[in-house]
Amino acid sequence: MAEHKIVYCNCTYARIIEKDVKQAVLQALSETGVAFTAVPDLCEMAAQKDPELARLMSTGPVKLAACYKRAVKGLCHSSGVTWNDDDIEVINMRETDAEGVVKALLNTEALS
Amino acid sequence: MTHIVLYEGPGAQSMQVDERLSLMSACLESGVRVEASNETEVDSDGPVCVIGYLDQDSAHSEKDNVQLFNLHELEQEEIIKAIEEKAQERKPWKPWFPVIDFDRCTNCMQCLTFCLFNVYGVENETITVANPNNCKTDCPACSRVCPEVAIMFPKYKAGPINGDEVNEQSLEREKMKVDISSLLGGDIYSALRTRSTESRTRFAKERDDERALKERQRCYKKLKEALDIPDSVLASLPDQDMIDMKRRAAMDDNQAEGGV
Repeated sequence: MAEHKIVYCNCTYARIIEKDVKQAVLQALSETGVAFTAVPDLCEMAAQKDPELARLMSTGPVKLAACYKRAVKGLCHSSGVTWNDDDIEVINMRETDAEGVVKALLNTEALS
Repeated sequence: MTHIVLYEGPGAQSMQVDERLSLMSACLESGVRVEASNETEVDSDGPVCVIGYLDQDSAHSEKDNVQLFNLHELEQEEIIKAIEEKAQERKPWKPWFPVIDFDRCTNCMQCLTFCLFNVYGVENETITVANPNNCKTDCPACSRVCPEVAIMFPKYKAGPINGDEVNEQSLEREKMKVDISSLLGGDIYSALRTRSTESRTRFAKERDDERALKERQRCYKKLKEALDIPDSVLASLPDQDMIDMKRRAAMDDNQAEGGV
């Protein structure tokens, strides 16, 4: 079982991440039975200043499947979430194929 | 906003993979956060719906904020319908808004001056995205004029505007760091900016709003090609009434603060 928390962003409100990638990642996570949190859209959480974003990102190591790290970091900053580079690994579903995303989420190997 | 927990811990049977995936997808497409969890306690004070094949003596907590949906008793379709109803609680928002990269931003306030729609503001002397809902969908113009490439739109198609790393190739491809003054062939933008600043501080009586609006419109039309500003944005430039209203509001604020 993974020691880090897994967070998956579905980027529901835009078509910028390949649908096939999102589905394959979600399916793989569902198949493993691993505990994880899936959010419809990190942008929405940031725009709404959702306090849940801080809870997700600030409590221990996190592997986050989303988009570009720079964008995610900016979104967190805009919500007042403290960003800890050592604790947060962003896996970019815009640039990485589903297999690579799942591998990075479930293994300890770092992508960035 | 309610979030969903798919519970498969003590006192609950496992779901089939397809079932788990189907519920997960339904939540996400409805805009509802969902957790796959084996924990008997929910780490949230907000409303939570726990879904699972729950035994009669299920160990899952039943706090006031927790509503249980037992798949032994309810069809999946009924639960998905309930999720969709919960999704109606969501607050409206626009997926298109700027995000500032504070590792690059120098607080120059050019974005604040440039944007006509009051998207930007200042908080504790630092630039901030004060009114994200004012942003015009698909308009990345402020990102292109930012001298530090510090403004991102995560839903944009290409880097560096989408948050991808900044490099020479992408700067050129996306026409970043546009120098507005030189683009407009002189000091037009600078003059507008100066006029705007002056009007905010002293509200010059000689100010001709209609002329200012025309100048701005002309500038924005010229910027359209260079900055990829959508027609819808140009079409929604503030009209004379709106400018008057904003000016009156600003004057009231200024007087309330003891200004002249």
